[in-house]
Amino acid sequence: MTAFSALLMRDLRLAVRAGGGAGMGVLYFLIVVTLVPFAIGPELALLRRIGPAILWLGALLASLLTLDRLFAADREDGSLDLLLMAGMPLEIAIGAKALAHWLASALPLVIAAPVLGIFLNIEPRAMAAIAITLLAGTPALTFLGLIGAALAVTLRRGGLLVPVLILPLTVPVLIFGVAASEAAITTTMPFGTPFSILCALSLMSVVVGPLAAAVAFRHAE
Amino acid sequence: MRMAELMRLSAQNLGCRRGGRDVFADLGFSLGRGEALAVTGPNGSGKSSLLRLLAGLLRPAAGRIELEGGDADLTLAEQAHYLGHQDALKSVLTVRENLQFWSDYLGGGEDCREALVATGLSELADIPAAYLSAGQRRRLSLARLVGIKRPVWLLDEPASTLDSAGQTRLAELMGNHLHQGGLIVAATHAPLGIAARELQLGTAR
Repeated sequence: MTAFSALLMRDLRLAVRAGGGAGMGVLYFLIVVTLVPFAIGPELALLRRIGPAILWLGALLASLLTLDRLFAADREDGSLDLLLMAGMPLEIAIGAKALAHWLASALPLVIAAPVLGIFLNIEPRAMAAIAITLLAGTPALTFLGLIGAALAVTLRRGGLLVPVLILPLTVPVLIFGVAASEAAITTTMPFGTPFSILCALSLMSVVVGPLAAAVAFRHAE
Repeated sequence: MRMAELMRLSAQNLGCRRGGRDVFADLGFSLGRGEALAVTGPNGSGKSSLLRLLAGLLRPAAGRIELEGGDADLTLAEQAHYLGHQDALKSVLTVRENLQFWSDYLGGGEDCREALVATGLSELADIPAAYLSAGQRRRLSLARLVGIKRPVWLLDEPASTLDSAGQTRLAELMGNHLHQGGLIVAATHAPLGIAARELQLGTAR
């Protein structure tokens, strides 16, 4: 087994076993989305109009929920020291951890979204489109969040620093994610343009996130 | 493991500064294959910092560290095992999974069973690490050193939490490692149980 797959498999195992927190993100997502109809009332037209935005906000908050533990757990038990002493480039190791986090925390959100769409009166065809935008956009959230998680660990600050640092960076992802979702529902706007930009944001984050996180670790003391 | 005939770990004029305070300065030593160095000194004299410098986890404020005769493609950190105060174990993974992960990740790739036998953990292989005692966790950390071959061992208080049988076994493992041409730098308060040169660090300032 290569070092990359070893690290990926270990993090996936840790996420799905007791206390790993993979299920917490989905539960949180479920609760946030369920609360919205209670808060604004059962007005179906309104729910359908703001539905994509609610789903995207819920996914954004849920994917950041467990992100602060990404490196903190490894620092606390000393694993981080050994991870840094391996022959594999640090960027790749960080990428493996981020990929594991996306598979364990973000992918379940994409799968849960169509079910939650029922609460928000979104029709099946549009819901499929929203799930696809989430699939394309959540890697950007995870890999951008990586930078905040690495900084929080190297600065030895608590988890709240991660959302404060990262949420402003996720604004473009939110804008184009919701725009693509709405385009899929109203069909008055083209779906392709915002969706392409969303994919571009994800691809960019996949490259920039691990590089930036590695720089944070290298300059840590 | 590639063990060159003339492997030598040396440090010259090494200085360490942490939190604006000079922990130590002008430190030097040289260690050949099959030799052990026991780093002693009072609390706060920089024993752990020295090991972290050697492991590449801290940057020296002055001086240099060199490993001659090792694998030229690898850094010192990639040829060294670091055994710190924290044991780098995941509680929800079993003993075997913990060891197998480090073996795959650090690139030893050898059979874990032997290392578990050598540290007396083979009967506990399938229980989660959460149920291990402090001494058993330390043994599992030592199993990593045995199972994955790297020439330089950096040990921070290796005997702490081990019972007397465990300490005897530790001395045997270290003896074997030196016999195979390895190098050991150990920070310690107690005698190591092997022949070792001593490096005394100054009093805390």
